[in-house]
Parts: sequence; structure tokens; C-alpha cells
Amino acid sequence: MSSVPFPLDNTAEDPRRRAPLVLGEQDFTTVTDTVCEIVERRTPPRAWTVAIGVSAGLTLVLFAMLGYLFTTGIGVWGNNIPVAWAFDITNFVFWVGIGHAGTLISAILFLFRQKWRTAINRFAEGMTIFAVICAGLFPLVHVGRPWLAYWLFPVPNQMQMWPQFRSPLLWDVFAVSTYFTVSLLFWYVGMIPDLATLRDRATGTVRQVVYGILALGWRGSGRHWHRFEKAYMLLAALATPLVLSVHSVVSFDFAVSKLPGWHTTIFPPYFVAGAIFGGFAMVLTLLIPVRAILHLEHLITLRHLENMAKIVLATGMMVGYAYAMEFFIAWYGGNPVEGFTFLNRAFGPYGWSYWLMVTCNVVAPQVFWFKRARTTPWAILVVALLVNVGMWFERFVIIVTSLARDFLPSSWGSFVPTPVDLLTLAGSFGLFLTLFLLFLRFGPMIAMAEVKSVMPQGGLELGPHRGHGQYWGEIPHQHEGQHEEEP
Amino acid sequence: MNLRAVLRGEPAARGSLFGVLAEFETVAEVLAAAERVREAGYRRFDVYSPIPIHGLDEAMGIRQTRLPFLVAAGGLAGALAGLALQWWTNAVDYPYRISGMPRVSLPASIPVAFELTILLAALGAVLGMLVANGLPHLAHPLFRVEPFRRATADRFFVCIEAADPRFDGEKVRDLLRAAGARRVLDVEV
Repeated sequence: MSSVPFPLDNTAEDPRRRAPLVLGEQDFTTVTDTVCEIVERRTPPRAWTVAIGVSAGLTLVLFAMLGYLFTTGIGVWGNNIPVAWAFDITNFVFWVGIGHAGTLISAILFLFRQKWRTAINRFAEGMTIFAVICAGLFPLVHVGRPWLAYWLFPVPNQMQMWPQFRSPLLWDVFAVSTYFTVSLLFWYVGMIPDLATLRDRATGTVRQVVYGILALGWRGSGRHWHRFEKAYMLLAALATPLVLSVHSVVSFDFAVSKLPGWHTTIFPPYFVAGAIFGGFAMVLTLLIPVRAILHLEHLITLRHLENMAKIVLATGMMVGYAYAMEFFIAWYGGNPVEGFTFLNRAFGPYGWSYWLMVTCNVVAPQVFWFKRARTTPWAILVVALLVNVGMWFERFVIIVTSLARDFLPSSWGSFVPTPVDLLTLAGSFGLFLTLFLLFLRFGPMIAMAEVKSVMPQGGLELGPHRGHGQYWGEIPHQHEGQHEEEP
Repeated sequence: MNLRAVLRGEPAARGSLFGVLAEFETVAEVLAAAERVREAGYRRFDVYSPIPIHGLDEAMGIRQTRLPFLVAAGGLAGALAGLALQWWTNAVDYPYRISGMPRVSLPASIPVAFELTILLAALGAVLGMLVANGLPHLAHPLFRVEPFRRATADRFFVCIEAADPRFDGEKVRDLLRAAGARRVLDVEV
């Protein structure tokens, strides 16, 4: 490894050797220094200061809009009858979908032993937490009187009533709150060893105490690691069905209703694929600038970006298939109302949003068939931004066009957002980015312990053919002079 | 340990030995050392490393944790609690009569029961891991050893504790040096 030039393109596919996941002459010391330095430096990069200034401003806009909403009422939004759900639920589904990429990276890729996840999983899990916070906000405030939101929980109350458990809206409460709790546990548990690293490097008392408490006294004991790894694996195994269930339950909000355009069995898989698609786009949108500004190209390599671009392409194709299949079923099902709904989606008053969605979600990712595009960060960033827009519009199209054109023309309507709608959406981005930037500055944004364990030094030094540290299974004992070949 | 002394940051009995700590630089070294220590018959010892080392469980003789059973129990409890909650609230205590549907219907109860299964299983995994590991444990004799700070960054340690019945200071130090330790330190309680 010592003669490897840096920077190095590690995107070549050679089945005889595993591509390195950490580039340059890196060892445990340099990885620790690189990641901790982001937290320990006295002044943050100028870009961070500017970004948090903007995002904190937007967060204040969000709070102002929510204050206006609470004191005045839902009428400040453009929602109406028949379009009773508009930006609020669009934003909810958008944000909760964003979160899913984090869980996919942390849990599903972990179970599939995709070791490239280690450089990006902490970052993506943080994104999950903050996206779910933004998502949870919208159902909470769209009820109009959020101080009565506890009615959603099965709490014994003065009305002697219980919530109605056959409603998908109540399933949502359980699904999203469980998702938030489990994501938070997964994120935090994975972070304990890295918080201990920050604690042990801290020089000031405040840092020592805060990181000390957060690290719970972790000291890297082998006996502790044994249970830690088992717990982490079990959490991954639990989070995998959870992430699939959460967006399925979100899709039930629509699919279980009888509304044309919503009442379809394709929704759960279609929503899950879309969530992962949109979430990966958001990971890339955040990761590419952060990687460049903090100079993390040797840890978050081109190969990582390329892998994510491939997932964006694959899930984008699934989403495109779902769009096509919805149209096919609308025709093949022979239901005239259903058929009309889909023609209206594409060619009705909101047709522009439909074609914007198709362009961003289906057409734009096709450039990822070309390796050039998959390995050019700015090109990935452009596609990722388009996908973010497209995925927001996907939910807008599903929600608004279906509600605006019901069975009876007498109950048709339309929706136009108010400035409050638009500013609340912008404000939710502010909240998301503020939380995210604070995490970058004060938390370990790269899972150091995990990155170290995929480095060649993390296994046994058995030569470069072991690549990025293929040490699963039986460990040969070096002092007995045995060498084990790649399984 | 005396709580007040701990709060003042003082060890309960200064001067007595907690154990002997040895520092290593690579995974291979510490793995070989752990195996030697176990083969020499010591049981109260531990390896400290910045990463989970595969093969360490066999080298140290760590038995499989029973955590999965706790997680399964948590999941089962969550499933039963979810079903019982929905049955009691919607069929018994406040029966909903909607469109002539049965009061108890399993399919409609699945999503909430499933979410609670995952929730309690995950809580079981995390809390079970922390309790079994004795965490949080904010004050530990090893935290007073300056070089030990690198145990969470880039160094590997083996500590044989004085509580081991076979513990003998000189023999232990010799063993660790012979195992290739870069340095050997006494850790006071």
C-alpha cells in the first residue's frame, strides 16, 4: 500500500483485487486526526459559517410561519376542500423519504457487507434523524391545533376515547415514531466509540465532560466490542424491515383510501423505491460539497460517489417503471375515473409538474449509464439536485392532482400555494440544514472505528491482495505462520 | 467504591494495583498477545482497541453473548403488547362499530403490532448491550493512564487485572513483555 499514489482513481473494476476504500498513505492515526480535526479546529471553515447563517435565518422563517399558523389557523395555507392535503403532506412524505437512504446505507448495506458504507453511514444516519424531525413537524402542525396532537396516542384521557387503530393515519404515528426512535438508537450506538475518541482527545474541560458523558465511559474493551457488534448487527437486522415498513405505511395513507390515483397496490414498493432514490440524491447533494470543503476525498472516495450514483440510477429506473405501470393499470383496469385521473395528471392543469417530475426522476439519472458522469462530482451533484426537485414534485403530483379531480366534476377544485406555504417549505430546509451543520461541527461525521476496520491495518497484514481488509471468517494466526487465501 | 470519593475524582484506595497494562501497535501483535495471556491461564484480563478485532473472541475465549435472546423476548413482548393494545382499546373498552366490520381484525392490527415489535426489540438490543457491558461507567482506573487515551485512536492494549487469582506482578509484566509489548505500565486503582 505504501507506494500507492494519491490521488488515485479507485473506481476501476478488477475482480482479482478489492479496490481500496481509503486512499493515500493512511493509518489509524491519520484517519483519527482527519475526522477529529473537523470538530477540534478553533474556527470552522468560512463556507460553514456562511451556510449556517443562511440556514439559521431560514429556520427563523420556519418558526415565524409556524407561529402565524398556530395563532391564525390552517387558512393561511392554500389548502382547501377538495385539496385538503397539499404542501403539508407533500413535505411530510418528501422528508420522511429522504431519511430512508440513511437507514438503507446504515442497515441494509451493513447486512449485505457493503464495506464502502463505512465512510458515509454516519453522515447519512445523521441526515435521517434530521429529515425525520422535519417530516414529523408537518403532520403535527397540519392538524391545526397541535396542542391536541396527543389525541393520536393511546393515552387514557378525559374523553374516555381511544384512537381508531384501523386508520392508516394512526399507523403512521406508530411507524414514524418507531422509525425515529430506532434510527436515533442506531445512530447513537454506532457513534459511542467515536465519541470516546473525541473524549480522549479533548483538551478543554467542557468537551471532556460533554463527550465523556455522551461516550458513556466506552473504553474499547474486547468484551464490550463483542456485545456491541452483536447489538449493532441486531439493530441493522431490525432496521431493515422497519425502513421498508415505514414508507409502506406512509403509502397506505393514500393506497387504503378510495381516491382514484391513490387506490393502488403498487404504492408500497413504489414509495419505498422512491424514498431510497430521493434519499440517496440528498446524501449526494450534501456529501459532495462537504467532501470538497473539508478535503475528505481520501476517505469519501470517487468509488463511494460512483456506487451511490449507481443506486440512484437503479432506483430511478424502478421509479420510472412504477410511473409507467400506473398508467398501464389505469388503462388495463378499465375504470374510466382512474383513466381520466392519469390523463389529467399528464395533460391537465398540473401537467407541467408531472413532466417536471418525469424529467428529473427518470430522464436525468440516465446520464449515470456513463462512467464519466458517475465519476465527475459536479455532474453527480447536478443530477442529485434535479432528483431532489423531482421527488418533491412526485409527492405533489400524487397528492394534489388526485385530490383536485375527484369522481364528480361538481367537487373538482384546484390548489395554489400561498407565500406561507412556500416559506414553510423553505424554512424546513433551513431547519434540516442547521441541524446538519451543527452535527458536522460537533459530532464525529465519519464513523472512524468502522473506517479503520476496513483499512488493511484493521485486519491482519496479509499483503495487498486482501484489499480493503477482507477479514471475515476464520482469522489465521500469524505466529503459527499460516496464510489464508481470499474466501 | 466509595461514591463520595468517586465524585471528588479520587480513587477509593490509592496505591493498590488495578492491573498491569501493556501497549501494542498492531492488530496482529495484540491478537497474539491476547492468546498468550489466555493460554497462560489468566481470566480477568481484557483487550482494548479502537476497532472491533475479528478473531479476538476466540483468542480471548469470550463466550457468545446471549443478547439475541433478549432481543427476541423484546420483539415478542412488543408484538403481544401491540395486539393486546388494539384489542383492548378498539374492541373491548371503546368498541368502534364501523360498516359492520368485525371488532377484532388481525390484518388491520398488523402494522402497529409490527412497529411495536421492532421498537421493543431495538430497545432490548441497545439497553441489553449497555447493561451487560456495565455502561455507563464514567470513572475507570484506566482513564487515569495517560497513554491509554490512544486506545480509542490508534493503539492496542492488554490489561491483566490484579483481581485474577493467578496474578503476580512480576510474572505478568514478564509475560506481557515477552508477548511483544511496546511498554508495560502499572495501573493503580
